[in-house]
Amino acid sequence: MSILVDKHTRLLVQGLTGREATFHAQQCIAYGTNIVGGVVPGKGGARHLDVPVFNTVREAVRATAANASVIFVPPAYAADAIMEAAEAALPLVVCITEGIPTLDMVRVWRFLENHPTRLIGPNCPGIISPDQCKVGIMPGHIHMPGHVGVVSRSGTLTYEAVDQLTRLGIGQSTCIGIGGDPIIGTTFTDAIRLFNDDPGTHAIVIIGEIGGNAEEQAAAYISDNVKKPVIGFVAGQTAPPGRRMGHAGAIISGGSGKAIDKIRALEAAGVTVCASPAEIGEKVQGRL
Amino acid sequence: MKIHEYQAKGILAHFGVPVPRSEVVRSPEEADIAARQIGGSVIVKAQIHAGGRGKGGGVKIAKDPAEAVEIAKKMLGMHLITHQTGPEGRVVHRVLIEEALPIQRELYLGIVLDRARGRPVFMASSAGGVEIEEVAANTPELILKEHFEPGLGLVPFQARKLAFGVGLPAPSVPAAVAAMIALAKAYEAADASLAEINPFVLTKDGKVFALDAKINLDDSALFRHKNLLELRDLNEEDPLEVDASRYGLTYIKLDGNVGCMVNGAGLAMATMDIIKHAGGNPANFLDVGGGASAEQIENAFRILLSDKNVRAVLINIFGGILRCDTLATGVVAAARQLNVSVPVVVRMEGTNVEIGRRILTDSGLNFTVATGMQDAAEKVVRLAQ
Repeated sequence: MSILVDKHTRLLVQGLTGREATFHAQQCIAYGTNIVGGVVPGKGGARHLDVPVFNTVREAVRATAANASVIFVPPAYAADAIMEAAEAALPLVVCITEGIPTLDMVRVWRFLENHPTRLIGPNCPGIISPDQCKVGIMPGHIHMPGHVGVVSRSGTLTYEAVDQLTRLGIGQSTCIGIGGDPIIGTTFTDAIRLFNDDPGTHAIVIIGEIGGNAEEQAAAYISDNVKKPVIGFVAGQTAPPGRRMGHAGAIISGGSGKAIDKIRALEAAGVTVCASPAEIGEKVQGRL
Repeated sequence: MKIHEYQAKGILAHFGVPVPRSEVVRSPEEADIAARQIGGSVIVKAQIHAGGRGKGGGVKIAKDPAEAVEIAKKMLGMHLITHQTGPEGRVVHRVLIEEALPIQRELYLGIVLDRARGRPVFMASSAGGVEIEEVAANTPELILKEHFEPGLGLVPFQARKLAFGVGLPAPSVPAAVAAMIALAKAYEAADASLAEINPFVLTKDGKVFALDAKINLDDSALFRHKNLLELRDLNEEDPLEVDASRYGLTYIKLDGNVGCMVNGAGLAMATMDIIKHAGGNPANFLDVGGGASAEQIENAFRILLSDKNVRAVLINIFGGILRCDTLATGVVAAARQLNVSVPVVVRMEGTNVEIGRRILTDSGLNFTVATGMQDAAEKVVRLAQ
């Protein structure tokens, strides 16, 4: 079992003809993802990677019955692309783009309140249900199907955790990178709720980092609702305050967003928090 | 991106926030002219990108232009140390000469992003002149909040609620409301991540002014604000960090001796954490990002090694967007070019990892290959001792 994406996912790629989009779309296709078309304004009618390209998302959805899209367009146009996908009523939109202006995402957030679309990201690696569907830029081969749900604000740190699980023979139901920006579509709490409701997910891994209080909110949700084992790690225990650690959202400001506060909140909610990022796999093994 | 107080006031004034008459100067001669023009008593304020300037001796009152010149003379070139600058302080290159106002009350106005609500939140407090974090910790009831929508901005009734809420006298409320709406407009127009007026003062004659101002700009939005980009002051930034940013790298200098080069911010933070966990100290945060080219990685290496405290380097790459072959090519080229003498531990996984490893082993250079983060951290910490 899995959440949000599986073998029935029919994927559009917004910005398909770009260099990075082309590379990663090829990787997704090779993994088995059913990419049904691309959307590139002005290139409608062309074919790329053996799928049709459309000028608008609406048109693409009508022609291909797509039910998800992944966005690879540059930061200045990405907010627009998310809203176009939502307007076309796609249930799932995954935005990989990094560097979208924060106030653009505030506008997107407002727009999405009136649409049924679930947004994952932006500034994220995407989502994968092993051996079924890969929507994003993660290396597919490190994953294996199974029953652990992984949710993370990071990209490569998620790969690290997944790799540890797979090496121990522990498979994953679905792995979601929710993104490193201050404003994101799907939060830890949203993802944990979905994993909690998924009978195919038996344990949950949450990988947080400094900045904001999404981990604390997730801890409150876990404490009240989740019976499944939850294992966590919070990156940035050695990060200095007031400095933006790469991710736009990873900053300790005004005394809030510290790793230690997140770790305490998660531990108080019964989450097994790893002191070192190298022990995520073992700790999961210990709780299964 | 951070900007100076006088630059923030310039932006605020442009949108209609009342600011005191002032002039930024770079020499005692200019200070003399400015102080005479303003006339009477003036405030001399050091312009550095750090808070706590008053306590550090960076804000002084002068009773006349002659005293203003004396103060400016001492302040320009001084290493101003505050709780935000670190022990080395910041060199003052500019001071602001500003008219002294008859202050009756000090208030606080500020806008930040409320991540959980996905909207900016306008905060006002009757407890001005002190750090808002202190107010939030000790007397949170003194902070009033209004969320607002971009496009719509802060609506007049919201501003009135705040103005009356912080106890402004009725005759001064219309001016305060106008200033608040202007602050919200400036926040949105500049794509700010923070806009703060602390203190926002009520004068004895019932007028309101932004006595201090702080605006942080959203780095991701600077591409559409070429005019704001010009406000960047490289004197306020670490030269290595500036160098790194030219190549699209995120580098933050720390005080340990284990240099790290990592792809992805989360993994880079986790790598710092595991170095600490293994008994070492990270010398830096360095994220080579997603689509890092061989050239970028070469520059990353150079920047990392120009920190003389670095005794060993850990390269931790989990290929996703970044291909391991690209990384290996960059590492080999840089190590040759820069005659790297410190030990380098390389840990790579992910896309094209086999090709990447082959490039490293075939290079004939002396790399320590690690398997896994724990092994990598232990090896590099040992080598750094």
